[in-house]
Amino acid sequence: MLAWRRFVERFWIGLMIAMLSIAIISVLGIIGIVLWRGFGALSLEMFFSLKFSPVTGEPVGIANSIIGSAYLAGGGVLLACLISIPLALVLQREYLSENIITAVTVILDVLWGIPSIVYGAIGYLILMSCHQRASLLGGIVTLALLSVPIMTRAAMNVISLVPVQLRETSYGLGATRWETISRVIFKQALPGMATAIMLAFGRAIGDTAAVLFTAGYSDKLPKSIMEGAASLPITIYYKLMMPGQLAQRQAYAASFVLIFIVLIVSAVSRTLSNRLSKYTVK
Amino acid sequence: MLGDSSLKYRVREDCITGWLLKVPVLIAVGMLVLFFVVLTAKSWPLLTGGNFWQVLTSSEWLPSEGKFGLWPFIIGTIAVTFLTMVLAVPVSVLAAVFLNEFAPKKLKAMALPVIDVLAAVPSVIYGACGVIAFIPMVKALGGALGINTTGRCLLTAALVLAIMVIPVILSIVRDVLAAIPQEAREALLALGATRWEATYHVVLKLALPGIIAAIMLGVSRAFGETMAVMMVAGSIPEPKPSLFKAVYTLPALIADKYGEMLSIKMYDVALMTAALILMVVIAFFNFGAHLILIRLRRKY
Repeated sequence: MLAWRRFVERFWIGLMIAMLSIAIISVLGIIGIVLWRGFGALSLEMFFSLKFSPVTGEPVGIANSIIGSAYLAGGGVLLACLISIPLALVLQREYLSENIITAVTVILDVLWGIPSIVYGAIGYLILMSCHQRASLLGGIVTLALLSVPIMTRAAMNVISLVPVQLRETSYGLGATRWETISRVIFKQALPGMATAIMLAFGRAIGDTAAVLFTAGYSDKLPKSIMEGAASLPITIYYKLMMPGQLAQRQAYAASFVLIFIVLIVSAVSRTLSNRLSKYTVK
Repeated sequence: MLGDSSLKYRVREDCITGWLLKVPVLIAVGMLVLFFVVLTAKSWPLLTGGNFWQVLTSSEWLPSEGKFGLWPFIIGTIAVTFLTMVLAVPVSVLAAVFLNEFAPKKLKAMALPVIDVLAAVPSVIYGACGVIAFIPMVKALGGALGINTTGRCLLTAALVLAIMVIPVILSIVRDVLAAIPQEAREALLALGATRWEATYHVVLKLALPGIIAAIMLGVSRAFGETMAVMMVAGSIPEPKPSLFKAVYTLPALIADKYGEMLSIKMYDVALMTAALILMVVIAFFNFGAHLILIRLRRKY
């Protein structure tokens, strides 16, 4: 009987190990394939050149989409900061009742779950109603909307880690709510906020469906904020569908750069929060 | 340290900032309301046109004749999501149980950050990999089975999506399992149960609502995924989905056709109706899942 029970346990553990291996191998395999293909397609010209090919009139590199993506994600995340950080600071018991906090949290979670294509459609409707064409500004606003729930939830997690004693000490010394929040809690949570911002940046730079209609696509660098701009994910999508060696290579190179940025951003945000938290009270 | 530290000034400052800080709350809540109102307003002509039911169930997609049957897209989305879940749920749930209950500490410490990072990999990358690797693979598989397929089909889309959804479900299930008190396991172990028996009879039973919530979140992720599906699914409307035939989903429809939508009457209305359906279904699943998770968090 015991032997049978041991056998059952072994069987399930074996099955679970197999499943974990499938999960890890398949996901790492996907990234591996793309990194490997992309690495082969990389070159200095691909990376830095803004020139156009004399034959097809297409750009020879992907520098335009790297810069476009940086504008879009950077702008979007900066804009989202203006809403997210105050929002995370105010969703606390000093300002709002427990039930309202829970309700707003659920709303943020639901917003997080709404697919980016819906954000894209909304952004497009907003652009149309303002009689604008797809532009850098449209992409930035859409990405900002998309980043708000992500950044706020991450920042809320960070703030919840601030020790209660600090807050109580501040109130004990006679500080007002605003003084406590802005001078004690915000300062304590600052390293974590950096992590939250980078997390949102990683999401924003990889998002395709949201910028598909709102940021447009352009082979040139945008001269103003009202012009369309290329971005890495859209370059991957377009170029992969195009025939021709150069386009394929550009798609692979863009995938490499995009994965690289996302992985670096998440690695840096991890170490950054460890580094910066040296100076906070534990 | 404080510029003007009179009590009156400080109290007024506190009062004003208290009001100002409520603005972002209104913006966040307003966003969800705005999305819903804008999409409903935009798709109003179809919703109230009298034949909304026909729009949902008709397979005739002929925009130039004003016929917008969304059925192939709805059933396509459901088919892709269902197959994705069939593939992803056993893998991710069992892997999460192993990581939390059986894995040595070192493996756990290594695997968890990796999974977090993987959950952040953009969907277009999964799509690109689908194009590079999965389309030829499925085509070869179809060839071996004697089925004529281009490789851009339901199976490919579900495979790519499953790999995308695995880290999402895995990390939520892991969180749920980690929150279950250690005593629950110890009680059974003390009675002489094996670790698997303790896991199966106690941990999984307590975690079941959380696992269901994780699956619901996975469903909503798969249901709304655009790029990864669009790049590998073939995008031909099929009223009867089949493994090796192309499939067209609602998000892919919106992303594909937005360029044409202004040239044909009612086209934009039909696409925004698709977006509204998408949003309502996903918001529903998300809302339910988070309610379950909140309950669980309060319990433990």
